[in-house]
Amino acid sequence: MSAPLGYYPGCSQSGTAAEYDISTRACCKALGIELADVPDWTCCGSTPAHTVDHHLAGALSARNLLQAQAAGFDRVITPCPSCLSALKTADAHLAHETYRAKVEHLLGRPGPGPVNCQSVLQVLFEQIGPGGVKAKVTRPLTGLRVAPYYGCIMNRPPGLMNFDDPENPMAMDALLSACGAEVVDFPFKTECCGAAFGMPRLDVMQRLSARILDMARSCGADAIVVACPLCQMNLDLRRGQVNSASGQDITMPVPYFTQLLGLALGLPDADLALGKLVLPLAPALIAAKEREAQREAHREGERAAKEAVKAGHRPAPQPVCEEDAPCA
Amino acid sequence: MQSPLQAIDLTTSRDQSFVEDVARESGQDLRSCYQCGNCTAGCAYTMNYDIPVHQIMRLVQLGLRDKALSCRSIWLCATCQACTTRCPNNIEVAVVMDVLRHMARRAGHAPERLVKTFTDGFLASVARHGRVFEAGLAACFALKSGKPLQDAGLGPAMLSRGKLAFLPHEPGGNGKAEVAAIFQRFLKDQESGK
Repeated sequence: MSAPLGYYPGCSQSGTAAEYDISTRACCKALGIELADVPDWTCCGSTPAHTVDHHLAGALSARNLLQAQAAGFDRVITPCPSCLSALKTADAHLAHETYRAKVEHLLGRPGPGPVNCQSVLQVLFEQIGPGGVKAKVTRPLTGLRVAPYYGCIMNRPPGLMNFDDPENPMAMDALLSACGAEVVDFPFKTECCGAAFGMPRLDVMQRLSARILDMARSCGADAIVVACPLCQMNLDLRRGQVNSASGQDITMPVPYFTQLLGLALGLPDADLALGKLVLPLAPALIAAKEREAQREAHREGERAAKEAVKAGHRPAPQPVCEEDAPCA
Repeated sequence: MQSPLQAIDLTTSRDQSFVEDVARESGQDLRSCYQCGNCTAGCAYTMNYDIPVHQIMRLVQLGLRDKALSCRSIWLCATCQACTTRCPNNIEVAVVMDVLRHMARRAGHAPERLVKTFTDGFLASVARHGRVFEAGLAACFALKSGKPLQDAGLGPAMLSRGKLAFLPHEPGGNGKAEVAAIFQRFLKDQESGK
């Protein structure tokens, strides 16, 4: 096993997004990626800091990069796209002298050297890859239709995030396919869910999250799979608020991709923390199982019909498949 | 959205120093915006904006400081980066929106009062605890927003899932003090106008 990667959990992951943290750690362990927490990490500043001042944002993130460097990490990974964006922005801007000088003034000490910051998604995709995941799947998600929802900033702006396609990212699609899930073609992969407006402008968040849910439903998804704690909160915890504004009653669950990955890897329930989701995943898994059973019955019927033809009998009428998708 | 037909007297209203300030603080070549509207087309918030983002870019080009800094749009931008990603001239439009927000704050504008309340509350939580204390932030916002019950319904679901921590999850070492020191220096600089 190679040296451990610096792991920056981020504030949400010790609170409202605890299941993202728990399942991330479990998946990495199962796939042979050793993580070690950035010691004494603090908030990256997230969106509020950069909307107030770029140097304040830089200092809050740079402190964590300093902590990582002091612990000997040249690479830091985080599950949260907002943390990632903050850390990467600071890292990139610190290359400019005047910016660095102001950040160092706020830090009260010399700033960090370059640190390679990546998302957990990127590391799982690039280091393990769909092939590596597939080889370790013991409980395939066969029949489960998922809409991969990346959120705004996992891949944007491309010059900064430097991972996957900014308009049609595919990393999560590929990993979920490797888990045996059916990935629907989801056109709203990078549309905004309303971000942090849930508190100050609930109406705005409601409108935007309702669009995401509506699209996922019309794509026939059983679940929207996310990689961002804020997207997850808006679509899951705030579902009642979103449904009440849109007049819909969508009960589709919103698991983190690491929870589904862990499920496929056969990890124990405690490592998946599925009980922390507000909308339960179980109905989606049951729907998938029923769909698969129906398909298997259809395939069995086809086989029996072929055998009958071979044996010289008239073909039996085929069972009608209720699905839109081909039943092969 | 405002009417496209508005007379602007550029001989009196143009503020060249504003144009230069925005260009310097954002590091963007604002002149290269040719009003294609791609940013507005991809913006998820156009429906809630009083001025669409491409028109804000035009206001900046024209040096119309007050109009640009007093609008609601700059407070409703979520920095989703769709505009920056899709600008054919590689202008980081989201950074320009950020810089306008900074300037609006300095000028005392906050037409979306609750967005400012939320942002300030978030940063106050970080300054105090070193990390965001989610429940504390939510409680503070509920009190200050005048909508104390808006998110009260979320409590039971969070509580039963162990997601509602009543105590902050603070860093164990020097982190808390170091973050507090960053904020102290920042506030001191702001007061002295640095």
